[in-house]
Amino acid sequence: MSALTKTAPRGGVAREDRYRIRHDAGPRGTRWWTEVGWRHVVGIVMVVICVVPLLYVISASLNPSGTFTGSNRLFSEVGLNNYAELFESRYWRWFVNSFVIAVTTAIGTVLMGGAAAYAFSRFRFSGRRAALTTLLLVQMFPQMLAVVAIFLVLLTIGDVIPVLGTNSTLALIAVYLGGALGVNTFLMYGFFNTVPREIDEAAKIDGAGHAQIFWTIILRLVSPILAVVGLLSFIGTFGEFIIAKTVLQSPDRLTLAVGLYQWASDERNAPWGLFSAGAVLAAVPVVVLFLLLQKYIVGGLTAGSVKG
Amino acid sequence: MTEVSLGGPVGTRDRRGSDSHARRTGPGWYVKIVLMAAVNALGLYGVWTAVVVGSWGVATFLALAVAAADWVYFSRRMLPAKYLYPGLVLLLAFQLFVMLYTAYVAFTNYGDGHNSTKEDAVAAISAQNERRVEGSETFPLTVVERDGELGFAILRDGEVVVGDADTPLEPASGSDDGARVTAVDGWTTLEFAELVSRSAEITELRVPFSDDPADGGLRTQDGSLGFVAAPVLVYDAATDAFTNVSTGVTYTPDDHGSFVSADGEALTPGWRVGVGFENFTAIFTEDRLAGPFFQVLVWTFVFAGLSVVTTFALGLFLAMVFNDPRVKGRKVYRSLLILPYAFPAFLATLVWRGMLNEKFGWINEVLLGGAEIPWLTDPWLAKFSVLAVNLWLGFPYMFLVTTGALQSIPGDVLESARVDGASRWRSIRSIVLPLLMVSTAPLLISAFAFNFNNFALIYMLTGGGPHFEGAPVLVGHTDILISMVYSVAFDSGVKQYGLASAVSLLIFVIVGVISWLGFRRTRTLEEL
Repeated sequence: MSALTKTAPRGGVAREDRYRIRHDAGPRGTRWWTEVGWRHVVGIVMVVICVVPLLYVISASLNPSGTFTGSNRLFSEVGLNNYAELFESRYWRWFVNSFVIAVTTAIGTVLMGGAAAYAFSRFRFSGRRAALTTLLLVQMFPQMLAVVAIFLVLLTIGDVIPVLGTNSTLALIAVYLGGALGVNTFLMYGFFNTVPREIDEAAKIDGAGHAQIFWTIILRLVSPILAVVGLLSFIGTFGEFIIAKTVLQSPDRLTLAVGLYQWASDERNAPWGLFSAGAVLAAVPVVVLFLLLQKYIVGGLTAGSVKG
Repeated sequence: MTEVSLGGPVGTRDRRGSDSHARRTGPGWYVKIVLMAAVNALGLYGVWTAVVVGSWGVATFLALAVAAADWVYFSRRMLPAKYLYPGLVLLLAFQLFVMLYTAYVAFTNYGDGHNSTKEDAVAAISAQNERRVEGSETFPLTVVERDGELGFAILRDGEVVVGDADTPLEPASGSDDGARVTAVDGWTTLEFAELVSRSAEITELRVPFSDDPADGGLRTQDGSLGFVAAPVLVYDAATDAFTNVSTGVTYTPDDHGSFVSADGEALTPGWRVGVGFENFTAIFTEDRLAGPFFQVLVWTFVFAGLSVVTTFALGLFLAMVFNDPRVKGRKVYRSLLILPYAFPAFLATLVWRGMLNEKFGWINEVLLGGAEIPWLTDPWLAKFSVLAVNLWLGFPYMFLVTTGALQSIPGDVLESARVDGASRWRSIRSIVLPLLMVSTAPLLISAFAFNFNNFALIYMLTGGGPHFEGAPVLVGHTDILISMVYSVAFDSGVKQYGLASAVSLLIFVIVGVISWLGFRRTRTLEEL
């Protein structure tokens, strides 16, 4: 291989050269095209399809005209005024709202899911099996199916405790946390079971209480799954739309998903440049987080559905 | 938190008895006491407010929740419950209860015009149907204000009385010039300029004349002369009916939560009552509703099914394409191909919405050289666009999943197939696909369930449109069941929570059946 590389100065040709030696075809012979070359064609076409919308939104965000038509000629003009204008809009307020809601929900989800998984994994109590089965059944029904009832219940609660009624950030977080246990307990439960029970028992013999074992031993050992659950919860909450749109009403309280939807669907003013700039800024942290932690996220996604 | 030694001193002397912390006094104990004090204080405050407002359901739930918290955290037993309690309370309130509540609302006529109780409806009808009692006396009236709320003050039998929209006229201390009130303690009297600037508010204001709704309310046209407006419709609790005092027509309650006259005229508002299966029969049999509903139902299945099939097919195809070690730069391809998955889906959907815009979108104007193809407004093209955008959003996930599954298929199986003379297609069909299905089938089921309720995609891309003409609710060719629920409940002009919940309940049933079929396959239930 290394010897062949000398004769093939361009990187990426070495293997094809080996191919040529074996089959005595040209460097880009028919055989190469039918076996390997077409895969690159498919790949390049797909990459273009994947990347063009993303380039489009970046270009639109940099286009000073801020209109639909102006955005169509990719990177014809470049300026940062859309980004500057974001500071005069509600964008950063929405950004903070989304961030606060998603972070709080993620932390709450990790703590509550972790505690529940600990209980199911380490204690044997009557009703344990029934509770697990119930959770399994509940997690089949996404919370958003009950969006109308959630709205009506919050209306009722709002008469009593306004900070937990409709149009309240706290109420929205509470609703999200209500759905947290059903979705994540199983994912965590499986992982908690892989931590050997002997570790707890050793700690117990040394005199540690159950809370000490939970906070100082178990939670540290399962930190990878905590990270995955926290991340999935963050990304999920960040993009959640229907419940946020139903619960939140005043323009200052909206999340990014609801606020940017309003911009993008505003056909009269069509603040397209503003929307694009906002979309790019909102996407950057999520994309970076995703690419960095790809391995864990993908593992977590599949772990939930296949037991074992 | 983890730094705090919650268990108190570690030693054998504490091991007598149980693991409970009730008797220990480490830092964790203080944290617990403070937290529990806060929970009790807030909880009891909530119970008290709920009782004051008369919201018995909330009061009961909070009282039970606080009692349960005290029991769980101060008992020396109940170890598992200490860990389950916070999650379970929220789960009960915002997942289980709302599901049950959906089922309840589905059997009522809850919605605009039927929002509240019968008492509220009686009060509202009495107040809204008023006019000046002919020949009745007028009162020189003073407009006053307290905390931004407007009120009226008059002299009744020589005595100063004051009231606002919520409180009937009652005696107050103040001063008068013999004909008119000049000042009321605790209220500020409005100046002429304010009377002019707030005239709309003033002519709207109605102050109940006394505790008895039949006495009518004090109103004014000009802010200086008040008159008593008496109800045209008078409610008689004994016969449970409204009578129109000028025409003599009586309105009696029907079983749909409205007062209705003999010739069918209904008074608004009505109130919330159970209507049995009427919402469901309306969905299935009422011509104008059933037609759109079935179209939405079919499209929901088609959309979810085709979304899974197309994303899986493309993802698998690409996984096979790049599963060949001879392809250089596979890592680069892979990280670029999962970009659509890393980009937040709601943002990507909105970007596509812009790109597919009929007049100014990039696809029409640049890619197709100025064509005006109605991507999102033609019934069939909108369906196609929804599927295409969902394919763009969804194939990277399938690509990742199938790549993993392909790599776990042992090479020697494929090799032996090749030795036995199987063609490439044959070994894909008979070896790769069946092995792949074992590990990906559960994911395909959950992908189906996800797309079945993919509200954000539909709502953000097409808003469900183009809309069906003549349907009593705002639904369209690309609406799926969940977006129909949202539209019926919030977007269709008249809010029909009952009908929307009925559709929700149908989704619950469908999702339940699908999941049950899925579980039967994977037998997850047996391995708890």
